[in-house]
Amino acid sequence: MIKEMLSSRVIYWLILVMFMLGPFGMILQKNLVKKIMAMNVMQVAVIAFFLVLGQKEGATLPIEIQGLMGAVNYINPLPHALMLTAIVVSLSITGVALALLLLVQKQYGELEEDELIRRMNQ
Amino acid sequence: MTPEVLLDYRPLWAVLISLIAAVLIMFHGKRPNLREAWTIMAAFGKAIIVFSMIPAVLAGKIPAIEPIHIAKGITLHLQADPTGMVFAVLASVLWILTSFYSIGYVRKLEEKHQTGYFASFAVCLSATMGIAFAGNLLTFFIFYEILTIATYPLVVHKRNKEAIDGGRKYLAYTLIAGQLLLIGIVWSYVLAGTGDFQPGGFLAGAAASDTVLKVIFFLMIVGTAVKAGVMPLHGWLPTAMVAPTPVSALLHAVAVVKAGAFGVVRIVGFVFGPELLGELGVAAILAGVAGFTIVCSSVIAMNQDNLKRRLAFSTIGQLSYVVLGAALLTPLSMIGAIFQIVAHAFMKITLFMVAGAIHATAHLDNVSQLDGIGRKMPFTMGAFTVGALGITGMPLIAGFIGKWNLALGALEAGKPIYVAILIISAMLSSAYLLPIVYKAFFKKPSLVSHHDSHGEGHHDHGEANKAMLIPLVMTAIISIVLGVYPNAGAHLYDFAVMAVQGIVSGQVIGGGW
Amino acid sequence: MMEQLPALLILIPLLTALASPLLSYLSGRLVRCTALAALLAAVFCAVGILTRVLSEGTWHYRFGGWEPPWGIEYAVDPLAGALAVLITFINFMALIYAKTEMEDATRTKKGVFYALFLLTTAGLLGMTVTGDVFNLYVFLEISSLSTYALIASGGKRAIFAAFRYLIIGTVGGTFYLLGVGYLYAVTGTLNMADMAVKIQPLLNTPAVIVAIASIVAGMGIKMALFPLHGWLPDAHTYAPTPISAIISGIMIKVPAYVIFRMLYFVIGAGEGPVQQALTVIGCIGAAGIIHGSIMAIAQKEFKRILAYSSMAQIGYVAVGLSIGNVYGLIGALFHVLNHAVMKSCLFMVAGAVKWRTGEYRIDKIMQVSKKLPLTMFAFLVAAFSMVGLPPTAGFFSKWYLVLGAFEAGKWPFIVVIILSGLLNAVYFFRIIENTFLRKKEGAEAEAEEKEIQTATGLELPLTMLVPILILGAGVLIIGVSNQQIISQVIQYALPGGGF
Repeated sequence: MIKEMLSSRVIYWLILVMFMLGPFGMILQKNLVKKIMAMNVMQVAVIAFFLVLGQKEGATLPIEIQGLMGAVNYINPLPHALMLTAIVVSLSITGVALALLLLVQKQYGELEEDELIRRMNQ
Repeated sequence: MTPEVLLDYRPLWAVLISLIAAVLIMFHGKRPNLREAWTIMAAFGKAIIVFSMIPAVLAGKIPAIEPIHIAKGITLHLQADPTGMVFAVLASVLWILTSFYSIGYVRKLEEKHQTGYFASFAVCLSATMGIAFAGNLLTFFIFYEILTIATYPLVVHKRNKEAIDGGRKYLAYTLIAGQLLLIGIVWSYVLAGTGDFQPGGFLAGAAASDTVLKVIFFLMIVGTAVKAGVMPLHGWLPTAMVAPTPVSALLHAVAVVKAGAFGVVRIVGFVFGPELLGELGVAAILAGVAGFTIVCSSVIAMNQDNLKRRLAFSTIGQLSYVVLGAALLTPLSMIGAIFQIVAHAFMKITLFMVAGAIHATAHLDNVSQLDGIGRKMPFTMGAFTVGALGITGMPLIAGFIGKWNLALGALEAGKPIYVAILIISAMLSSAYLLPIVYKAFFKKPSLVSHHDSHGEGHHDHGEANKAMLIPLVMTAIISIVLGVYPNAGAHLYDFAVMAVQGIVSGQVIGGGW
Repeated sequence: MMEQLPALLILIPLLTALASPLLSYLSGRLVRCTALAALLAAVFCAVGILTRVLSEGTWHYRFGGWEPPWGIEYAVDPLAGALAVLITFINFMALIYAKTEMEDATRTKKGVFYALFLLTTAGLLGMTVTGDVFNLYVFLEISSLSTYALIASGGKRAIFAAFRYLIIGTVGGTFYLLGVGYLYAVTGTLNMADMAVKIQPLLNTPAVIVAIASIVAGMGIKMALFPLHGWLPDAHTYAPTPISAIISGIMIKVPAYVIFRMLYFVIGAGEGPVQQALTVIGCIGAAGIIHGSIMAIAQKEFKRILAYSSMAQIGYVAVGLSIGNVYGLIGALFHVLNHAVMKSCLFMVAGAVKWRTGEYRIDKIMQVSKKLPLTMFAFLVAAFSMVGLPPTAGFFSKWYLVLGAFEAGKWPFIVVIILSGLLNAVYFFRIIENTFLRKKEGAEAEAEEKEIQTATGLELPLTMLVPILILGAGVLIIGVSNQQIISQVIQYALPGGGF
């Protein structure tokens, strides 16, 4: 059941839903930390999307196993390699974002957007 | 007859010389005498360059520069054809006279920002020269916009609220007009594949429907008519009179408004051509608007008490003579139009200079205060009388020749109503200008009003100082000379005839002055 | 050495960036000099690449000798080469200008600032020269991340502006990555040239349509296309001036370049979805022009006016891409160049005015032209160019755009472009009125007068004055020599080789 679901289109729909949750959360959540979380959800969705692209039924890790020849038997390693980079990127973005939030907190003592804007305009 | 084109960089130098002068003026702001020397030298230099081209142009040649590629498929092209020569000669002569006058005027009034003033003035003259010598629409447009911008500092010269508001209004009108003109230019360029001015027009062969051509004509004419002050697009002109008088004199009687009027002539004669316009039937509308402007502005002028405002409305009316002449599309009317550019320039600049001289010497601005001023400033008011009579169209003064040809052209076109309008306008202008002359010479000065408005000490003034007096007397004399010998000196009338002959491609022009 | 230029172009700023914080322990001056030297070297690299590319055609540089599609390829065509020159040059100017901004900073802060600045430059350069769509994403994030930090260095409000930009910018980047995912899924390659061939039969498949949509959306956010521009005004206003100059001049242009590259070179703007995407880009670009111009009129702060104006001006580029014929594309590319030069000049002027008078509000900087004559002269030139008055550069981009729109019969664009010129005139002449014409009154005016009279020496430190004047002169030079620039460089940058 689950296997069927994962190998059909449903997985893509799931990823799409997850992806859209990102902007949704970023717009609706007023807390800045939650915004960062939503942003991460969105990035993870894309990472998952790439990984699913590289998946193949019945194939194994792209590490050469004695006697197992032919590209059919291995999953595509390229998306994994790409996503390593993407994870690093997303990590550093999160890092910078949190650093900025620390500064915001120090300046205004507040992380709720509405209250923050009110204090900024004072 | 296709005139021979002569490779010659004099048109370019005529443009550049005052631009170079502007830079030098900026650098020598702290040394007024040196600064003014640059102005004078550039003015004379420019006049010499322009005059040196007269023989070649008279001989049917066109000095033109090698086109400079400035944009894909479009070049910066300067050429001295007869039409352009008329305007160039006019502007260069008047710049010399106004320079002297300006120096006298600003020093007498101890104006501030003199450096910027003279520099902008020089840039304006460059732009005017560029407009006169422009060989294609893009060149024309570039200088047209430079003129707009360079005039702005002059309009806001006084830096007070009134001046800034005037400047805003001026920019609003002229920039919008410039953009409309730009659309027209690009459109005609897309249709015809060229923007080069051609006597008789280049749009005739373009594959475009009549409606499209009409829209282009409308865009271009609005673009230029704003500067020419055709009603109802004249709003900026009276407001811009807050500028110092020499500015009003040169720019609002010569450079800016004439650039607009000159643009109308270029568009009618060199972009569309009379034939095409005759087929489209749009010129008749333009003529109607011009006729309306002539009458209407004269009526408004009668109600103005401020002398400069009165002259401004008179300018609006007189410029529409040029537009009318171009719009009537007959050879004679076009000669009249081109010559009217010259004649009106000399006469109106005289009047403005007089207004400035009165302002600087007697500190009076209003017509009602001028009683008896002719006794104290006889030469000044004498020049005023000449200018005023010329505007009304009195024979033997330059204005008459233009108007005579216009009237003949109107008859030739079979539209006698415009003759009637010309006559009415002549009467109206007598009605608003001649009373000033009467008051100045024959009424007793009322001392009370002097004291009321300016305290004491101003009624013992004498004649205006020489730097102001000599230029204005000279322009008055030139107005008379041109009225008697229209070809005196620079063959301006011949140029007008040559230009029109080019437009109507050799058709024999009968009659005329 | 010459053979390695494309790699050097990226590596020099990148490695210097890494070294900067270390060097800052030795001396603040040393960091600055090294950074300047690195950028100058990058300028020379870029110029060297451009000259070679113009004479020999596209330069395919293989990183580490790996052939594409396995290795990463740098494909420098005239378009990328020209943009690289522009980026290095403007950033070099901004870096010179940055000296006074960093005057009071500690050594460590200086080191970090220069490191980030160089990283941004490296990222932007990487985006232009790379021939690999995923590599482009990495460079995009390198440049964005360092820009967030740079903006945040502008002070209190800048931090929040930077955070906002970070959130929105990351959404943009993620959208782009999603688009890349789809393209990879259907073509199985990440190399642009390879992809351009393989994608042709698949143009109308849903996957490609989604890819186009998300790439355009992602890059639209990064280039602040209306209505995705929310981050722009605050980020421009509160960032330190040299950073404002490069975000406005360069940062928002490079994504426009990416859209151009993807839609015209990789996917190919024949018909179908790309054409529709271009129509959408054109429409929102036009809406952005009007919205930005009107918002600019409503602003009171110098830099904020410029920020909204940037948003309007990027609309010109979008409109030019959307027009899509030769003249339209020339207009768009030429405007990228013009706007980079004139807007960074304007931002630098705004910074200089603030430095001299301590004021950003335009109604408080009366008669600043007396104090800063040369600076304000440069301002005039750049402002006239923004309005599109001949013979400045801005007029010619407008000319080409209008010409292109006429040829394509896209009337609404003509109206928008013309209208925008007039709206620009409204807010620039308002600044001109305030800075040149109006006077202060009373005692304040006298004190001011005295200050002007007694002021000696230069109006600004040379490090500020020189970039302003160079860029101001650049506006005129580009305007006058636009024919050369277009016939020698830009026309080769067009898809299909131009005329």
